[in-house]
Amino acid sequence: MDFNDPMLALSSSIGQIGDFGLDLVWRFIHIVVTLCLIVSGIFELVESYAISLGLIQKYSSIDIEKLKCLAVVVDIEAARDVSKVIELLRWLTTIGVKQVGVFDSQGLLKKSKDMILEMVPRSVLLQETGENNISPDSIALEFISSFDNKEAVVKAANILLQKYLKSIHPENGEGENVFTESHLNEALRVVGECVHVPDLLLVYGPVRSHLGFPAWRLRYTEIVHMGSLKYMRYGSLLKAIHKFTGVRQNYGV
Amino acid sequence: MCRRENNDLSGNDVVQSFITGSGSFPTFASLNSQLRILVLSLLPSTISDPKNLGTVLHFIYLSSGEGMGGGIRQLLEQVHRLSRRCLFRVLSMGPLPTHLAFIMDGNRRYAKKRGLEDGSGHKAGFSALMSMLQYCYELGIKYVTVYAFSIDNFRRKPEEVQSLMDLMLEKIKSLLDKESIVHEYGIRVYFIGNLGLLNDQVRAAAEEVMKATAKNSRVVLLVCVAYNSTDEIVQAVKRSCVDKADRDVERIQLVDIEENMQMSVAPEPDILIRSSGETRLSNFLLWQTGNSQLFSPDALWPEIGLRHLVWAILNFQRSHSYLEKKKKQL
Repeated sequence: MDFNDPMLALSSSIGQIGDFGLDLVWRFIHIVVTLCLIVSGIFELVESYAISLGLIQKYSSIDIEKLKCLAVVVDIEAARDVSKVIELLRWLTTIGVKQVGVFDSQGLLKKSKDMILEMVPRSVLLQETGENNISPDSIALEFISSFDNKEAVVKAANILLQKYLKSIHPENGEGENVFTESHLNEALRVVGECVHVPDLLLVYGPVRSHLGFPAWRLRYTEIVHMGSLKYMRYGSLLKAIHKFTGVRQNYGV
Repeated sequence: MCRRENNDLSGNDVVQSFITGSGSFPTFASLNSQLRILVLSLLPSTISDPKNLGTVLHFIYLSSGEGMGGGIRQLLEQVHRLSRRCLFRVLSMGPLPTHLAFIMDGNRRYAKKRGLEDGSGHKAGFSALMSMLQYCYELGIKYVTVYAFSIDNFRRKPEEVQSLMDLMLEKIKSLLDKESIVHEYGIRVYFIGNLGLLNDQVRAAAEEVMKATAKNSRVVLLVCVAYNSTDEIVQAVKRSCVDKADRDVERIQLVDIEENMQMSVAPEPDILIRSSGETRLSNFLLWQTGNSQLFSPDALWPEIGLRHLVWAILNFQRSHSYLEKKKKQL
């Protein structure tokens, strides 16, 4: 027993020193990763300025017709700075994008929609205009939050439940099959949701994540991480849209 | 001399053989002085995990020349395994994901790029999957989900669909072999998707594997086959509605739909990796990935390797506190 106690203490100390050493190695690896990301960030910065100044030929013209619907996901902290969102929407108007959905998880931008519509030239609210009535020189804006995601599906599910209950036969207790994707799609429209699938989703935040954008609409959407909204760059925006126009999808076939 | 055919080093039996001289390995006493000094010097770094000690001792046994017959490849494998264990030990100093999801994209492009015949890309993809699963489970990631076959994939040419179904049947059956990765890691396997769309043989094989692994609890593999996220959502809505109708309740709540989602057997993914550089989710786990970090390495799926997994985890560790904050806000 007396011999074992010092041995246990020794092995515990060795273990702690070992863990300390491993922790140092881990931190060192992360410092290297950070340096790599800083270097890559500098290259991207230089490239985006070159694109903005028109120095890179291939970005000077974009086939914007391919981009029918664009969505922008904004991190909740960034959404508090509405002026940056307005600037982004003005850039998108200049590029020629016709329909933009702006999402933040807590609906802060929804609350500021009147101000945004006023400050972005030729902007209209998509819900009022409808997808098919957007005039050629305007931009239709849609304001989306987490309530349009899972909660909207719940509301639509309750509509389908009512349909199912009404259709139940008294004899066999079975109802009509109202459970298909098109039925749920239609039910989502009834509860006031836009079901249009965005072609491209730009994420402005620290992490490439769709942050709870309505799942029903994300099937084949290209999701691109743009970095922080505070340091957004016009050149990076052009590059992302240009890259999208070159993507070819086979939709699983 | 008997050899471990599967190179599985649980560590304890090798350590025991070394100390007692029983079994097939030489004892500590029989090593020359240089090797004894090597073992003693490596002890402190392996003391926290006997598996590491077993690996070190086995490496020394192999490098001592006694097991060299046919063992060069095994030696290299042991070196890789030891290096990997060291790397994973370092990575585990930070937060690790609990659930990783993979979209295995690029098998056909790989076959075309290498000039291989049709179907070879998928076979190469399966090997890549087995390697990736091994890395994930060695790292201690409990849940791994893979997108094996989408409902949209049924629209491919019939011969390609049939070839994929045949490959799937062969590989699903092989999961029941005693030497398979399922037994090595104690994996519980779920097949997630509209299994009614599969042919009877594949569906029966999948159900047999789910039943056979139902008692495993160490790690979980979720294979999404005949799966679409939108189909999963519709089926969850249907199950919720039928359940409410049976109980004469006229209101569905979010918790009802969440419970009826097939993927409710696992927590939400922490990282979703899609190979081949494509940036879309292609109708995979749309409901579950609101707080997931999305990662799209350029490598085609059969080319994916440890470096991509490590890079994804390092990025996850950098973003972990942000994503945890997001989860609490919801």
